[in-house]
Amino acid sequence: MLAQIDVDFRTQIINDYQGVSECKICDKPEYLARIREVAFNFFQKNGFPTQKNEEWKYTPVKPYINEPFDIDKDKSQTFDPSQANYFGQHLPGYKIVLINGKLSVEHSQIPDAALCTIQPVMDVLRKPEVQERLTKSRNYRNNPFLAMNTALFTRGVFIHIPKNTQVDKPIHLIHYEVGEGKQFNISKNIIISESGSEAEIIESYYHDYNDAVSFRNSSTEILVEPNAVLDHIKLQKSDHNLRMVEHTEVEQKEDSLYNNYTFTLPGMRFVRNNLNIELDGSNIESHMYGLYLTNEDQLVDNHTLVNHKEPNCESNQLYKGILTDKSRAVFNGKVYVHSIAQKTNAFQQNNNILFSDNATIYTKPQLEIFADDVKCSHGSTIGQLDDEALFYLRARGLSKTDAQSLLVNAFAFDVTEKLRDEEIKAMLNEEIDQVMSGVIS
Amino acid sequence: MLQIKNLHATIDGNQIINGLNLEVKPGEIHAIMGPNGSGKSSLASVLAGREEFEVTDGTVTYKGMDLLDMDPEIRAREGVFLAFQYPVEIPGVSNISFLKTALDEIREHRKQEPLSARDFLNRTREMQKLVQFDSALTNRSLNEGFSGGEKKRNEIFQMAMLDPSLAILDETDSGLDIDALRIVADGVNKLHTPEKAFIIITHYQRLLEYIVPDFVHVLSGGKIVRSGDKSLALELEEKGYDWLREEIATS
Repeated sequence: MLAQIDVDFRTQIINDYQGVSECKICDKPEYLARIREVAFNFFQKNGFPTQKNEEWKYTPVKPYINEPFDIDKDKSQTFDPSQANYFGQHLPGYKIVLINGKLSVEHSQIPDAALCTIQPVMDVLRKPEVQERLTKSRNYRNNPFLAMNTALFTRGVFIHIPKNTQVDKPIHLIHYEVGEGKQFNISKNIIISESGSEAEIIESYYHDYNDAVSFRNSSTEILVEPNAVLDHIKLQKSDHNLRMVEHTEVEQKEDSLYNNYTFTLPGMRFVRNNLNIELDGSNIESHMYGLYLTNEDQLVDNHTLVNHKEPNCESNQLYKGILTDKSRAVFNGKVYVHSIAQKTNAFQQNNNILFSDNATIYTKPQLEIFADDVKCSHGSTIGQLDDEALFYLRARGLSKTDAQSLLVNAFAFDVTEKLRDEEIKAMLNEEIDQVMSGVIS
Repeated sequence: MLQIKNLHATIDGNQIINGLNLEVKPGEIHAIMGPNGSGKSSLASVLAGREEFEVTDGTVTYKGMDLLDMDPEIRAREGVFLAFQYPVEIPGVSNISFLKTALDEIREHRKQEPLSARDFLNRTREMQKLVQFDSALTNRSLNEGFSGGEKKRNEIFQMAMLDPSLAILDETDSGLDIDALRIVADGVNKLHTPEKAFIIITHYQRLLEYIVPDFVHVLSGGKIVRSGDKSLALELEEKGYDWLREEIATS
């Protein structure tokens, strides 16, 4: 399945699709053919997003897909994940190995079935809860990569945490993106936290710096049922040759708590995160914390969409960015508060420090409120390190570099301190220290 | 300890210090008074090493060294302390861990062993008591959400912890009520030893009721126009700065 650049790549995908729809899914449920067709028709007509698309205005994707990619070609037979180091390796947890999106049971530590079920998504397509997730109506106009994902996915993992279960250790998904040549990987993951359950999901990434470019197009559908708690932590640090679009859809029911922490560190050349949360019940809490620390020619884009549909909920977003070199970042956050969603608390904040004259940040915090009894705020800042604060610290005897790194850490600390997982917190603080000491000195 | 000779300095091209001379010996307390815009705070900034100020002429010698040649942190490590007129709020930097770092740097520079955690804690307790600084504030982020008085008291607390040889208090009395003023003054008096010198910059005579200066200097137009003992401060209080201006104009 070899593809040529851009338009040709699209044509190639269109040809490939015939293959996917005709042979690979002949034993698959009828609904899948239906959703694939809708998604595929959209993608066939519109292709990859251009900067004319408002949601992709500052994120040109062409330079990152301008390669002859293989789609979902398999190298999992020869690849040995035990020899591959990734960021977050030492963290305790159930290590779930996904090679190009495909679950490797052999290399994974699958938890006891009483704690949680982990299976390839293609094996569970007939489960009603899977069908329910996959048949949700999604906005392809804003998310063309999602249309491609739904049309073509043949990989991904299904994680199911049963009612009132506390998973004793984090479930740590490690995404190995490996290929003989240039690789385009599409995966669809589904996570269901049943009512009263509690779990922590961590995601790490691996790409060998000797390997050719890989592009990861991943989508994750999450359901957090009443009273469930789900912590979701993304540790986005990998090699320059890995590029990715990660689309996350979260639906929360009443009295549930979902915490998303997205850390993007120097490395991957292009990262686009879409995080859409539906608060479909009352007394829901949703927290979204992001920290992006970018260098060289990195482009990191965080798009969030929060939909308050019921009263008495709270959503809270705090995204912070530290940009160096000629890196670019985008933050676009949107919060809708429907007219019946009274007593909503919705906060959204994006703060950025630019460490270089050549770094660029585009930030757009947006609120749309149709209820009249709510507490909402949004804001964004862009600046440099505060000279007054620097002088104050130096006047007390701290060297310029120490003072700078103290201020940078203090800036980032706002986000890392929100982590409930102390080990990840310590690992990140150390990493930030190390990255910034290179920038400052 | 400190000799300032013919100091000239500018900020954004404006001449703000204009031929200033001052000598400070160990153990002395000098008060510098003067109307708004006379260059009092600028003098403090130049001595502490604020980079926006450019020294265009003159010399400043501190303990026999060229002070103007040192980075702000080196000045601090050599024992120069500036109590800021407007202490900066720094969220996320804990007051106490910042102080520990600063003290470690200073002690290392002076070739002293770093204080053990226990000694540091004891010293913190002792100095908190001395300047009546609330221990709850010690563990908060640096000056974040502190009241004006708490910020000024924190400056004096830091001064007590860092043990400078030359402390410059830049309008530490401004914005303080009478009780806070007394606590600050009390702290300074307790820390005053025959080896330590103070330069106290103030707009009003009030603080000098509690800290008795050896010398009072009046600054105007970027230089010292009159020096005297503590009675000069009282005279100024009575007659105002206009009296001096007229006298200078007619002399």
